[in-house]
Amino acid sequence: MGSGSSPCASCKLLRRRCAKDCIFAPYFPPDDPHKFAIVHKVFGASNVSKMLQELPIHQRADAVSSLVYEANARMRDPVYGCVGAISYLQNQVSQLQMQLAVAQAEILCIQMQQQGPDQLPAATHPSMMDCDVKSLLLSGNNTSDFGDQMPQFLSYTSSSNNVIQDPLKRESLWT
Amino acid sequence: MHRFHKLDKMTSTRCAVCKYFRRRCPPDCIFAPYFPNDNPQRFTCVHRFYGASNIGKMLEEMPVQLRADAVESLYYEAKCRIQDPVYGCVGIITSLHRQIQIAQSQLAKAQAEISFLDANFVGVEPTSSLSESLVQQNGVEHDLDDPFSTWFY
Repeated sequence: MGSGSSPCASCKLLRRRCAKDCIFAPYFPPDDPHKFAIVHKVFGASNVSKMLQELPIHQRADAVSSLVYEANARMRDPVYGCVGAISYLQNQVSQLQMQLAVAQAEILCIQMQQQGPDQLPAATHPSMMDCDVKSLLLSGNNTSDFGDQMPQFLSYTSSSNNVIQDPLKRESLWT
Repeated sequence: MHRFHKLDKMTSTRCAVCKYFRRRCPPDCIFAPYFPNDNPQRFTCVHRFYGASNIGKMLEEMPVQLRADAVESLYYEAKCRIQDPVYGCVGIITSLHRQIQIAQSQLAKAQAEISFLDANFVGVEPTSSLSESLVQQNGVEHDLDDPFSTWFY
């Protein structure tokens, strides 16, 4: 904006003149007032301005999108915001990893049954002679981490543990 | 002497927020339970992105028993934003969505392989497909209509 057309959504809401170099104008067009309103309500215009100023121009659009997303999440869930979504998704990842481990154990069981005991590799662990999916998963299990139990079967490693620096489980966040 | 004593008492019991703003901390200060004065970094982190008045308004609008969790989540999001100024915690959400897609794809392949093995080897009792029954029980489905998905698809 700044060329004489209508002010950007930010300047409209803040009731001020929309300057030529308005930092908000490229990201908060006048036809979508709700977008800025929600960001302003959660973060405040001056904080958003500071955040944008600290970023190179080519990253600001993405930053605004993520701020809008976070603000929407906070409006939907005032207590947990995005953290609620993260917790939910982490739970989904854990469940899928468990299901995958079970499926891969099942494949191994089937393959062992098909090969027969004579043809098992010499290095086969005795526990694998009794081909039961549950016993495969639980044999030598002292932890609940499937990744540690059977690393050779998991092509999908539990990289989710590396994603979040502070393991984000609600029970660990709020003591 | 008495005046200085009173001042000492006041300043020593201020919460981190009131200390930051150099103001008196009233007995009913809304911030005090969640921003103790022995952890000033916690408030400066949250204040950097949300602003004190927004935080105050958010806390006022929710029941007291939920405020501690709300402050924790705000603190977490603020820390994520410090680590990743462009995407903040949304970067984590994106990554988790990707992991879910990969895991679902791998699970589908594994289940297809189980079905293939069961169908193509005569004389072997079909397994009960524990993995399939787990999926039916727990039903992890990635709902693309989930409002949290709209930004990613």
